[in-house]
Order: sequence, then structure tokens, then C-alpha cells
Amino acid sequence: MNAQLLEMPSRHAAVDDSRLLLTIQIGGRLCGIPVPCVRDVLRAEAITRVPLAPAGVAGVLNLRGRIVTAVELRSRLGLPPAEKGAPRMSIIVEHDAELYSLVVDGVREVISISSERREEAPATLAETWRAHTTAVYQLDGDLLIELDPARLLAFGRGAEGSMS
Amino acid sequence: MDDLISEFLTETNEALAELDTALVELERASDDAEILARIFRLVHTVKGTCGFLGLPRLETVAHAAESLLGLYRDGERQVTPEGVTAVLGAIDTIRLILTGLAEAGEEPRGDDSPLLARLEKLVHGNGEAAPGASASVEAEQPEAFGADETGHEPAVAPFTPLARTLPEEAPGPQAAAPGASEAGLPVQAIRVSLPVLDELMTLASELVLVRNQLLQVARSQGSTPFSAPLQRLSRITTDMQEGVMKTRMQPVSAAWSKLPRLVRDLGQELNKKIDLVMTGGETELDRQVLELIRDPLTHMVRNSADHGLESSDQRLRAGKPETGRILLSARQEGGRIVIQIADDGRGLDLARVRERAVERGLATEAAVAAMEDADVARFVFRPGFSTAEKVTSVSGRGVGMDVVRSNIERIGGNVDLQTTAGRGTVLTIRIPLTLAIISGLVVESFGERFAVPQSAVVELVRVGSNTQVEWLDSAPVLRLRGQLLPLVQLGPLLGLAPYLEGGAPVEGFIAVLQADTARFGLLVNGIFDTEEIVVKPVAPILRDLQAFSGNTILGDGGVIMIIDPAGIARIAGIGSNRVAQAHGEAAAKEDGGAQLLLFRAGGSPTPKAVPLGLVARLEALPAASIEMAGGRPVVQYRDRLMPLIPLGAWAQPTGDAHQQLLVFQDGERMLGLMVDEILDVIETRVALRPSAEHAGFLGSAIVNGRATDVLDCAYWLRHGDPAWFGKTEQMIPRLLVVEDSGFFRQIVVPALSTAGYEVTACVDAAAALRLRDSGAMFDAILSDIEMPGMDGFGLVAEIRREGAWSALPVVALSSRASPKDVMRGRVAGFTDHVAKFDRDRVLAALTRALSNMSEAA
Repeated sequence: MNAQLLEMPSRHAAVDDSRLLLTIQIGGRLCGIPVPCVRDVLRAEAITRVPLAPAGVAGVLNLRGRIVTAVELRSRLGLPPAEKGAPRMSIIVEHDAELYSLVVDGVREVISISSERREEAPATLAETWRAHTTAVYQLDGDLLIELDPARLLAFGRGAEGSMS
Repeated sequence: MDDLISEFLTETNEALAELDTALVELERASDDAEILARIFRLVHTVKGTCGFLGLPRLETVAHAAESLLGLYRDGERQVTPEGVTAVLGAIDTIRLILTGLAEAGEEPRGDDSPLLARLEKLVHGNGEAAPGASASVEAEQPEAFGADETGHEPAVAPFTPLARTLPEEAPGPQAAAPGASEAGLPVQAIRVSLPVLDELMTLASELVLVRNQLLQVARSQGSTPFSAPLQRLSRITTDMQEGVMKTRMQPVSAAWSKLPRLVRDLGQELNKKIDLVMTGGETELDRQVLELIRDPLTHMVRNSADHGLESSDQRLRAGKPETGRILLSARQEGGRIVIQIADDGRGLDLARVRERAVERGLATEAAVAAMEDADVARFVFRPGFSTAEKVTSVSGRGVGMDVVRSNIERIGGNVDLQTTAGRGTVLTIRIPLTLAIISGLVVESFGERFAVPQSAVVELVRVGSNTQVEWLDSAPVLRLRGQLLPLVQLGPLLGLAPYLEGGAPVEGFIAVLQADTARFGLLVNGIFDTEEIVVKPVAPILRDLQAFSGNTILGDGGVIMIIDPAGIARIAGIGSNRVAQAHGEAAAKEDGGAQLLLFRAGGSPTPKAVPLGLVARLEALPAASIEMAGGRPVVQYRDRLMPLIPLGAWAQPTGDAHQQLLVFQDGERMLGLMVDEILDVIETRVALRPSAEHAGFLGSAIVNGRATDVLDCAYWLRHGDPAWFGKTEQMIPRLLVVEDSGFFRQIVVPALSTAGYEVTACVDAAAALRLRDSGAMFDAILSDIEMPGMDGFGLVAEIRREGAWSALPVVALSSRASPKDVMRGRVAGFTDHVAKFDRDRVLAALTRALSNMSEAA
């Protein structure tokens, strides 16, 4: 690990150079979302489809009176859709003062991980993954992919707002 | 204290706080154009607001600061610390004056000349102010700052009576500071921040959901001790939700209340007579939206008064009423709120705008020359763009329209402008219904629920044995009381299901919707209840979806998308995208274009067109059903014998072939026009080129890029059935229409022809009089009032003066029909006076005029 990597700015710097990640399961892979941007975790139920929405938008849901747009991570990461009826989980994250739901296969525990184990995403990682990956961590017997919620939620033109 | 003043104080204090921060930022990054632009706008707003409140001292100081900032913004001067100090000095002085204003209700007296001189110097000089001026400002500063920083001034003041004799900037009022000045206001209302209201709203919605769940549980339990308190809880919850919602809603007139005074004062200042007419003030808007459009509206009205309207002399010379008119209207239209500011002034000088755009480097000369006028007009929304020749204190610094646009777009709205040289300018703001409460009709399509704004729903139709959907090739249409209504299949349009194939049986419901310009039927599978819904904006990533204007949470907790009828119409290609809203509502509706049915007939390859509204039905008859009676083809249709007329050459189809038919119906009477092929139904604006030679056609027009003959229905109907209009050939009243606008001739002439008149149209009074002198005779004359050359009053006077027409009924057609106009018309010799756009009234007036004639005869 070189010095430059260690100094990489981390937006939600945790104490002791270690990061808190909420570990999640998508298509059999272990991923992590930085805990500071997570607002809630709940079962992904009652999502209203939004016709004509950009691919990757699962729909909208009611989070205690707030309407939250749900994003299907399988679609964002280029994975096949989940089987019908398979249980899904929804991670509520805050981005640009808006709440979004990231729909994943399963949620595991929160782990604290030292930056020493951090690696840059290998160049050979598929583009759909690399575009949304902050870093890769080596765990005992497993690899963890840290996803960047901001990039997962960057939908092309959507960021600009509409004129019509 | 004057309400206006107290509100102004609160607003300005907020703006000043923002200014302080921005100026400090500016000192750090002196070339940051964005900060400069922001500061400039803030000062401009302060200046603009105090201008019409009659606060000359404040205005002078703000104007001086603005001048300097304008130079900074345009890059003509470098920002220097000295300049920033001077502007800060100006802001401190403004604050000082405000404090005095809050206490005494009027501007404190004082001498700002050193400060003004210093600002002036910076504007005109090279930025190095003379030491003298500088020193005098510096001398003021320590006092001003000292008072702000520490609380010791009040203690000192009583012991230094000298301070009282100083100019009013002295410690006395200064020590009171902004906090105290607010305390001086009567506490009738308090300001609550919008996030707090938002939070309350969210909690109230959540409470409703919990209440609903509880009620559901209670119902399954039968009678329990909880029942009674639960009922009470339920009622209180409803009341609370309504109350919270009410806190967010305000009639748009709240943003208008200042405008009459503004316009009055502007009128005096500019020496113009201005009439401000406001309609639709009761339209409710979300408070947040209202706050954001308040300033843009003020700017726009001010612009209309200052630039839009001409001076009284100019107006009189142009033949317009001396008093200029600004029409401010608001209405809810589908999923949006539309606010229009229309003036009847000179219109934008587009040539000047083109020049200016080139000067400012916004476009090349060739590019502006090739641009359409409408696009050229939009240059006024660019930052720093102003065509005003002289900078007045009212406007003309090129800040207004740019602020207008950015404020409106920030809330997801848009602003557009239409201008006609000599006729005036119409500014249209469309803002989404974000957070507005509307009544929504819940519909279902392929298992998904959607809400349709109830305001757009004209009626609901169940598709069944009585009402059947018919097909024009692959386009479903519905006959509704003799009119053909295009249908939009909601599910397929949204990609929920494949489109039905042409001719397939259709089931479900049709919601007849009125979008901006078009009326159409929305085909859905089911219709539920209407619910009061709170429109919430969609997340940024969904904002590009045209089909929806927002989303909402229903009583059962489900999220539902709210359909935008205008967006659906756009996606489905109904109605034109470019809605030209010229003058007022009526014109806007007519201008949106007409629905035309395109077909081919008589073996000719040239497409023909007929207004869809005139066609009752389309039929395809089996060849065998056509019979000959009296040498003419007829068919037994709906237990009646319907005459069929061929359009041009016709050969009776044989075998299994079908004869395509346009069916016209008037009461009991029916008539079939035989055509070769139905092509399409389109919505377009037609520029009709009349042709006299081609009998049976009104003329030709370019439709879909092809020359198309436009059918003269009256001709064919009379041709097929001389008694069609219930009158014999000789009895057909002959009508002369004098109207300079080609547009209205196109509207009025066919309308009158189909109503059974033989219509001759003239473009002006001179042409009409030539007809008279050539011996033409009519039964009645319909004349416009405002025409180039001799106007309607002149024409009627001439008609009455001499000649064969002197006893004819002459009906005035006017866009304005005020009692005064009517009186003037009567005096001039008009028989009657009707509004131009009202077809029924025009017809009624004609019938009246003609029957009076025959009685008199």
C-alpha cells in the first residue's frame, strides 16, 4: 500500500482511520455502504413502480410520510433481476438532502474496517461495478466491495432537473 | 405601521444578513462572478422594493451601491477592498435607515453625501477615491461598527447628550439594533420557517396513516372501550391535518397585494396611465412557491409598466386607448399553475433584441437572423441582457428577467414570452403544483394505480354497449355527442402493456381530459374514488418524466404517481408543443390549432382535410348496402335513409369492398360524404390560402408538409341536401364579414358557413365599400371594430350615410365589448355588438338582427 492511497480523502472520516461499513449482500457478493450516510434499514415492501423511469429505478415508497425513490442495486451493478418473491431489503440513504432507498438482497452486520486493508478497485473489475465502487477491502476469507451511494444515485440527466 | 413597510423591513433585514456574508466572501474571492451577481441582485431587490414605498434616502444609497456593483459584475472595474468597504458602508447606512424606519415609521433624516460621493467616485474615477472623501467615510465607520459589536453604547448615550445632536446615524437609534426594531412591530403573526412546517406536515400525514390503521383494527374488533376515544382521535387528526395543510396554502393574491400600489406609483413616476387588472387571485399556491414567485412577479409587472407600455402620447398616436392595460391572471391548469402577465403595449423590439444579442456575443449575426422571433424574444432571459435605452431607477439594468427565470426554474417551473409588435407582450409562468393540495381521481391501468388531477377531468365514460370505441386504423377514437375524441391508451403509453391492435375490442373506462391545448380520452381499466391529495415533487432522478407532475401518499399509505395530462398529451403527440398564448384565454385556445381529419377522395392524390369537430362519425359501408334512389346513392342507416354524396368522381364499389364515409349530422338530418381513404387525425394550426376557383373547398393549406385541400362542408351539405340548413336556396342569408385578421376570418367564416350563411369576406372597410359600389347585396354585415385604415365605426357610419346598404343590420365583432364600446357602437350605427370569440353569441346576434329585419319589412 502506498502513501498516496492512505491519504485519499474520505468523505465521512471515521476515527482511527477505520471506516464503519454496513455490509450487504447483492447477487452473492459482499458489499459495504458507509454507515454515516445510512438512515434506516427496512424490508423492501410496497414499492410503487414508476413507469418510464430510468432503468435501475425500482419505484417509490412511503417512508413514514416521506416519498423515497428506490434504486435497484442489481440493475445498477449489471446483475440479473432477483427471483420473484425473494425477500429484499431496503437501505435508506441520504444524498443531496434527499432520501433514497437502495434495494439489496440482504443486510448483514456493521463492521469497522481499518484502512490498511483498503485496496483500489482492480482494473479488471467489470465496468458496472467499477463505476460504483470506492474501494475493495480484504477480509478474512472474503473480499468486501465498498460502494459509493453518490455514484449509485447519479442517473445521467436526472441530476440536472427538468426544464419542461 | 403600514403593513407594506413592516413586511419590507422583515424582508430587507433578511436580505441584508445575506449580503454581509456574501460581501465578506467577495473580499476573499474578488473575481467570483457568481457571488458578484448574487450581491448585485440582492442590492437591486432592496432598491427596487424601497423605490415604490417612497423611501428616497434608502433608494439613493442602494442605487449608488448598485451602480458600483454593476461595474464589478460586468468586469468593468476590479473589485478592490476599498470598493467593498464602500459597499459595506452603504449597507450599514441602509441598516441604519431601516432601524429608524422601524421606530418612527419614516426615514430618519441624515446626510449621506460623503458616502454617495465616495461610491460615485469609485464608479466614475479609477477607483482611487480622494483622501478627503475616504476619510469622511472612515470617520463614520467606527461608530457604526462599534455600536454593533458591543453593547456599551446604550450606557454611554445618556451621558453624552452631544451624541443626540449628531446626524441620525448617531448611537441612539443605532444602539437599538435590528432585534429591537422587530420587537417594535405588532405581533399579529409570526414567521415560522418552512422546514418546521414541512416537518409538521410529515408528522400529520404519518398520524393520519396510523389513525387509519387503528380504525381498521378497531373495525375488526367490534365494540371495545377504545371505540369512543378512537373516534375522537380520528376527528382531531383530520382537523389537525387540515390545519397544517392550511398553514402552507395561500391565495396567489397574497403575492399580488403590493402590485396595485406599485403600478400606481410607477404610473405617476413614468407619467403613464396604467390599468392593472387581476383575475384568479383566489388560486391557491403553496406558500413556499408563493414566496419564490413574489419577486419575479414584481419584476415582471414593473417591466411591463416601464418598458412594455408606451407613454400616453405614443399610445394615442398608435390609435390605442390612452390607458395602458396590464392583465395579471392565475389559474390552475392540469398539474400546473399558470400565471400570465399580459400588457397591451408596444411589444418587444425584436430587431433591437437581435442587435443586442450580437453585441453581447450571445449569438452570431447569421444565427440571430435565422432564428424565429419567438426564440429571439427569449434572449431577454439571459443574464445581463437589457434593451432599455436608458437606465431608470425602475428597471433597465438587465437584472430583472434573468432573476425571474432563475427563481422560477429553481422551483421546477418555466417562463415563456410571446410578443407581438404594437400589440403587447404576454409572459407566461408555469409552475408545478408542488405541495399544492388538489383533488385527484384515482385510476387503475394494468394493476397500477395513478392519480389524475380532478381539475383536468371533463367527464368519465364507461365503455360498453352504448359507448363503443372505434378505430381509425391503429388509432382508437370515441364518438362523444357527435364529436370524435382521440383516445390515449394509458397502460401501453406508460409501457405497462402492449398497444391494442387496430380494431381490437376495447373495455374499461375513459376519462375525458382537458390538457393545456388538447382534449382527449384517457383509456384506463378501472376508476376508483377521488381523494384530496398533497402533491409532492418527485426526486431529482425522476424529474425528467413528462408523464407525471408529482407523486403523493394515499390514505392507505401507498405511494401513487400523479399524471400530468399535458405531459401525456405531449407524449401521445396530441396538441402542439408550442402553445402560442397570445391575448387572453380565448385567443390562446383558438390558437392552439384545430384537429383535422385527413382523407383522400375522388381518386385524387391530394389529401383533403376537414375539421374533426364537424364530423359526427366515420363509417365503412359494405358495398352491397348502397342503393340508388332517384339516381342518387343512398343507404339505410340507423333506420333512416341517408343520402350519400361522392366527393368528385365516384364508382360504386363492388363485391366485398367497403365504402368509407364521413357522416355529418344535424339533429335528425344525416348525410354521408363518400371518400376513398381515411388517412389520419392530426392537430395543427392551419394557414389557409383561400382559393375561389375550387368549388367545395375553402382553400388549401400545408398540413404535415403536404398541400392539402380544406373542405367547405357547407357547400357539400347543401349540395347533397338543399334543405340541409332548413332553408331553401334563395332563403340562405347572405352575409358580409369585414375582418382584417386572417386568423379570425378562418375561424369565423367556416363557422358561419356551416351555420347556414352564405359568407363573403373582406379584409378591410375599403374592400367592403368597393363591393357596395359594385352593387353586391347582402342580408347582414358583420364587421370588426379595430382595423387598419377605416375602422368599424367609420365603416358603419359610411354604410348608414348612403347607398343600398344603409338599412342593413350591421353587427360589430369586437374583442372588447365593454358597455362603453357598445354605446359608442350604437351611436355609430351598429345594430348589435358581440365578442369575437363567442360563436353562439355571434349566431344569436345574427338571427336576431335578421328576424328584426324581416319583421320590419
